[in-house]
Amino acid sequence: MTTVSHDATPVPPDVERRMPPVAQICVGSMALVIAGGIYMAAHLPRRAPFGPAVGLLIAAAVLLVINVISLARLREFAWDTFRTVTGWAALAYLVVTGMLEFVFVFDHTRGTMLVLLTFMLVVFAVNVPLLLGFSVARYQPAERSGSTA
Amino acid sequence: MADVTTVPVAGAGAESLASEHAVGPPSAEPPSFRIVPLAGLPIVAAVLVALVIAIASNRLWPLEFFHVVGGGLWTGIDLFLGFVIGPILGRLSIPARMEFSMRFMPKMLLIMPTLVTMTLAAGWQLARHLGNLSTAYPNHGWVVASFIVVGVMAIIALGLLEPANLAVLFELRKPQPNGELIGKLMRRFVYTAGITGAMQIATFVIMTKLAS
Repeated sequence: MTTVSHDATPVPPDVERRMPPVAQICVGSMALVIAGGIYMAAHLPRRAPFGPAVGLLIAAAVLLVINVISLARLREFAWDTFRTVTGWAALAYLVVTGMLEFVFVFDHTRGTMLVLLTFMLVVFAVNVPLLLGFSVARYQPAERSGSTA
Repeated sequence: MADVTTVPVAGAGAESLASEHAVGPPSAEPPSFRIVPLAGLPIVAAVLVALVIAIASNRLWPLEFFHVVGGGLWTGIDLFLGFVIGPILGRLSIPARMEFSMRFMPKMLLIMPTLVTMTLAAGWQLARHLGNLSTAYPNHGWVVASFIVVGVMAIIALGLLEPANLAVLFELRKPQPNGELIGKLMRRFVYTAGITGAMQIATFVIMTKLAS
């Protein structure tokens, strides 16, 4: 096991550095998919009308895309730390969402409902590592854009 | 991917504050600590494998075991953290808080997600097994209420609590950790644990109602 190396080309750390509201948007996106999941689960064993669930999923996905774009436009950010944390968190949440998907399939969820739930899980599983990576990297010494990412 | 399991940490608690914000040892070799305690991973893996077996078997006792044990521990830890450890931690010096965090937070990083996964996955399957998920179930409204409470708790835990936990651990690895930032993030961690703990009381009310 190696230890974490310090980022190259560091910018002096500044915890008050202005950042886009990535964490807040991540939480909003997660809240939308969780609401969609609750809405669908509340109708079981009948099929919930898909309209509201699809609307919530699309809104969550749009927020996720906005977040990715905001992140990509950051010029000074600890990208190494972000990639490290996001990568490991993604691995962990792949296991968690894999278990949830297993439960859905095991319980004979099929068709459009399974597709919707799977996309909700995907949005959820991308949001959490993104949030964790950002929350850690924002307090780390930044690299200037161009050196990484 | 770089390895995040072992990081050097400044000797929190051993030295006096270098300044109000930057805390760290003037010269000592920083000790190492693991952000993810590797020794705990086989235990987590064993619990998850047992959970999958319990769900696949779809038998009442293993599902109840995982749901009740997981839920009890999750609730107990949340309440203890929010209402007992939290106030104590708030009165400790910043170096003492940092030393506590260095030893405590890595364990929470493994324990809490495992307990949450165990409780929710087994709970869902248990409800399905007992027919509680059906809209025909007389207490269906209570079941939906439990979904909402758990959903809010999940948002608080994943959106506020877990990021604060990780950010503290990474701050501690710096040669000069920012004590004020650690204090701020630890307060967020402890208060959100308290809020989810209080929400767990709502879960107690709902679950005992469903089981009655």
